[in-house]
Amino acid sequence: MNAVIQRLKAARPQLALLVLALLVNVFVAPGFLDLRLQDGRLFGGLIDILNRGAPVMLLAVGMAPVIATRGIDLSVGVIMAISGAVAAAGVNAGLAWPAAILAALGTGLACGLWNGLLVAVFRLQPIVATLILMVAGRGIAQLITEGRILTFTEPHLIAVAGATLAALPLPVVLALAAAGLTGLLVRATALGLFVEAVGTNPRSSRLAGVHTGLVLGAVYVWSGLMAALAGLIATADIKGADANNAGLWLELDAILAVVIGGTSLYGGRFSIGRSVLGALVLQAMRTAILRAGLPPELNLVLMALVVAAVLTQQSPAFRPMATRLMARLKNKEARA
Amino acid sequence: MGRIVNTRTLPLLATVVVFVLIYAVCAVQYPAMLGLRVMGNLLTDNAFLGILAVGMTVVVVAGGIDLSVGAVMGLTTVALARLIEGAGLPPALAFALVLALGGLFGAGVGAAVHYLKAPAFIVTLTAMFLARGCALLISTDSIPIHNAAYDILAGAALALPGGGRLTLVAGIMLLTFLAGGILLHGTRFGAQVFALGGNGHFAQLMGINTGRTTILVHAFCSLMAALAGIVFSLYTRSGYALTGTGVELDAIAAVVIGGTLLTGGVGGVAGSFIGVLIQGLILTWITFDGTLSSWWTKIAIGALLFLFIAVQRLILVASARYGRSGAGPAAPNTPNQATSAPASRPSSGAAAPSAS
Amino acid sequence: MAVTPPPVVLAARGLTRQYPGVRALDGVDLTLRAGEIHALLGENGAGKSTLINLLTGAQPRDGGTITVDGVDIDPDGPGGAVRAGIAAVYQEITLLPNLSVAQNLYLGREPTRWGLVHRSRMNREGAALLRRFGLTIDASRPLSDFSTAVQQLIAIARAVDLSAKVLILDEPTASLDTAEVQTLFTLLRSLRDQGLAIVFVTHFLDQVYALTDRITVLRNGRLVGERRTADLPRLDLVAMMLGKTPTAESHLSRRPATATPAGAPLVRAEGLGRRRLVGAFDAELHAGAVLGAAGLLGSGRTETALLLFGVETADQGQLLVDGKAVTLRSPRDAIRLGFGFCPEDRKLDGIVAGLSIRENIVLALQAKRGWWRRLSTAQQHELADRYIKLLDIRTPDAEKPIQLLSGGNQQKALLARWLATEPRLLILDEPTRGIDVGAHAEIVRLLEDLRDRGMALYVISSEIEEVAAYSDRVLVMRDRAPAGLLEGESITPAAIVNAIAADHHTKGAA
Repeated sequence: MNAVIQRLKAARPQLALLVLALLVNVFVAPGFLDLRLQDGRLFGGLIDILNRGAPVMLLAVGMAPVIATRGIDLSVGVIMAISGAVAAAGVNAGLAWPAAILAALGTGLACGLWNGLLVAVFRLQPIVATLILMVAGRGIAQLITEGRILTFTEPHLIAVAGATLAALPLPVVLALAAAGLTGLLVRATALGLFVEAVGTNPRSSRLAGVHTGLVLGAVYVWSGLMAALAGLIATADIKGADANNAGLWLELDAILAVVIGGTSLYGGRFSIGRSVLGALVLQAMRTAILRAGLPPELNLVLMALVVAAVLTQQSPAFRPMATRLMARLKNKEARA
Repeated sequence: MGRIVNTRTLPLLATVVVFVLIYAVCAVQYPAMLGLRVMGNLLTDNAFLGILAVGMTVVVVAGGIDLSVGAVMGLTTVALARLIEGAGLPPALAFALVLALGGLFGAGVGAAVHYLKAPAFIVTLTAMFLARGCALLISTDSIPIHNAAYDILAGAALALPGGGRLTLVAGIMLLTFLAGGILLHGTRFGAQVFALGGNGHFAQLMGINTGRTTILVHAFCSLMAALAGIVFSLYTRSGYALTGTGVELDAIAAVVIGGTLLTGGVGGVAGSFIGVLIQGLILTWITFDGTLSSWWTKIAIGALLFLFIAVQRLILVASARYGRSGAGPAAPNTPNQATSAPASRPSSGAAAPSAS
Repeated sequence: MAVTPPPVVLAARGLTRQYPGVRALDGVDLTLRAGEIHALLGENGAGKSTLINLLTGAQPRDGGTITVDGVDIDPDGPGGAVRAGIAAVYQEITLLPNLSVAQNLYLGREPTRWGLVHRSRMNREGAALLRRFGLTIDASRPLSDFSTAVQQLIAIARAVDLSAKVLILDEPTASLDTAEVQTLFTLLRSLRDQGLAIVFVTHFLDQVYALTDRITVLRNGRLVGERRTADLPRLDLVAMMLGKTPTAESHLSRRPATATPAGAPLVRAEGLGRRRLVGAFDAELHAGAVLGAAGLLGSGRTETALLLFGVETADQGQLLVDGKAVTLRSPRDAIRLGFGFCPEDRKLDGIVAGLSIRENIVLALQAKRGWWRRLSTAQQHELADRYIKLLDIRTPDAEKPIQLLSGGNQQKALLARWLATEPRLLILDEPTRGIDVGAHAEIVRLLEDLRDRGMALYVISSEIEEVAAYSDRVLVMRDRAPAGLLEGESITPAAIVNAIAADHHTKGAA
């Protein structure tokens, strides 16, 4: 219980942002908070945000450990497109749906492994290493879909986005389960400690016996897997694989979610829970703009402003400046 | 002990070799591609990409990256369409206005990179959102530009022998490369850009104002993005907010394939020019082939990108092994550098064995 | 011979620099005269780098004055110092290898014509400038084409061309071979004769005697003294640097292991070495005994530890653990054998700043157990609290970020990190560096306690008295090779100093 309170305390800024975004939603759309049960499934504004935000939540869950190691994964959006294409092509080629889903997840793992190898073994800068897949990836996805939007009718695959579990849409359950599993994986094992140690001081970590290469590789593999799951949801949602648009620019949403979640781009401490909150803040903002009838394009500008604020607040130059400013203000007050 | 490999010439050499190879394959298979007509079209079709690549080269040589160029280009086309069609401004005035705004935008980005000490890619990512959002707020539809002066500019071309045409936009691109080359290799500012990309900390120790250089570098890159927007709007005679989605990746690919190191400090616009041509050639070849689909372009460019990054990495490793160990000393604040544990301890490696 | 001493160019008085918890420089004076080469000596942590940083304006000073030619200066950044006439050249050459030689020489002040850099003129003038420094090279070629020695000369040429009063050379000879050192010395002598004041920092004593006119010695951030080189015997110099008068009695009583270790050693290095790192050395490490390692900075003492812990892999000789030959390819291999290593640079290689004291303490044990067998939070707290108590780490609780601890307490936390793995061999590189005097004694007591409980210890230290007090054997290193092994009664501070200072035809001896 204590630990839960501690974590909620640590997540105060993210929770505040989320509450703010939700309040805007309530303001522009009264009845936003209403929940109703219909045919064993919950409906309402909050569920909608969770459901729409599921893919970015998944990406953020994979991205947070990557950023914690001082890395970045620019290829997650592309991995979404590729894995979605694999699943769609799989069922269309007569593959059983479990096999198609496994193939899609396996593709994500393979992409993550490629990134991990480049970063951990060949020691490429993460941004450079993942850029390669980012450039080539949409071409690979199109190769699989042969340039078309590959539609499918396999009901089980469609159910990935449409089914209901425990009164919630399946994507929400999947995203929350993945977040829970990742949280468990990093906090119930020593992986979280190793990730934070390697991200903070790789030299000391290696001297203390941490297998730095393995840790670096593992976070990219995990990020690839999460992206593949997000890709499955996105594909199931539109009942088709769109190599051009699936996951387009979502890597940026994921990075922003993690940054809003309080993880420094210079590595170190990270939190899966707060990154998920960050993803929800982004989605709540998006929903609010839509509901207010404002042009959805405003969302991009707002996102930029939020990130600019977070970056300023995180920047090493800002803190002393802010402290000085405060001191000066206090001085003025004292004199007045 | 230097001279084992010259990190400056080898990547460029590799670029030229790749270009010649691809060109040879094209020429053998489709002799029509050899003609000046195809070449002229190649230059015209890729004019905006070339101009973007000039700006990107300068940023990458300075050790940074700019993901906002595509969005700035899109914003420029929309703003131009609105200024000319909506506000009825003469094109010349509109051009001057968007160029100035582009430069200012870039200066702001550069200032954020320098003063917030934030990674360039995240700042420029934010800038990309901002620019794309603004563009979409101006208009989500494609706005056609009907303007007599525009039609003249768009159609202006120099006839080339063999039925080819060197259009105005292609000419602007060539001039941009020339200007970029002079800026980077002929001015004091250019030397500072190389110094900043080589090692920002050392550059500062040597008296370079790194803040000023960072701001100017980003301002130049955005200026080029705005120019690319002008060129693109001449090319399509319209303005559309989603213009140039993803072209920042093509521009980066052209720069890297052109032999500029993504780690900064080494490179030039000549290579980027060939990098743009290689991309254009691949696309043209795929078009000529007819059976292959356009997505092969992306895969081919990705593969080339990997090839060149791998070559650069090998060169770096080789020169670190055979050269002096301080060949690439890490500045105190280079966060993304893969740290190879104590291999670079100050007390080890660097020193020669005792003579006794 | 000189009746009137040459004029003072630079006078620094009472320079002080405070870091959180440490006074890196404490009221240090430095006087430089025109036309002299002045050696600045001291061990790691003596304050040499800090002094240089204050002189070049790389760091602000917390107290004291600097005058150049009688004028007070307050260098604010490298630019200010250069304008005042002070320039520095470092061991790690701070030029840009990706630029041409001439560009490096004239960066920011290139000759121009019609607004463009006049490349040919710049190359011509650069070549001419370098010829005055004894270099005949093509200045248009990239700097990275040239050897470290040439780059060093280029850096000196740039520095002197920019400001020609005081030239500071920080370890300029560390990467040069004998002939290159001679070239450099010839140049420095001619610059001295032109009236330049040169500060020369090195750890090669032979070079100090071959080149310099005057010596200033620092120790633990304080000035030990300034002497004329000709008047200071080598033995006295080493004693000044190590803070020990060779004749005086040690105030620490010698208390080595109760019984001389017998039987097979736990670890045995036979001719272990690595090209370009350290020459072949032998070492035997016994349970319940301390092998000390002494030597000046750069003597190869740290490198022996790197080989023993698998940070670097040996390319000659062999390492026997429990009589079986092993190859260490990474620290993980060494840890698996029950080794632990507290490195010299606590901040860079030791602590993981940002993580808590608890996490820092459990890191090595957790790494040894593997990622899937996590120590529960309760176990971690128990472990951390036990060692905080046992080693008397002064902190309100184990959750504080480790970088907030003082140096001594950080060192204890690192010790705790390894003790938690219950190592058989603990390697410590300068365990008492940068730690206040009280904590010194505590750490030494801890080491003796560990030894008495049967651990094998390998302690590298420049605290000669301490090494002499607790070591059963002392390996003396010099010039990246072993220079002697002292045993039993022959271990005295004086004997160690003698072994370190022993004359020896090393490079640079003129």
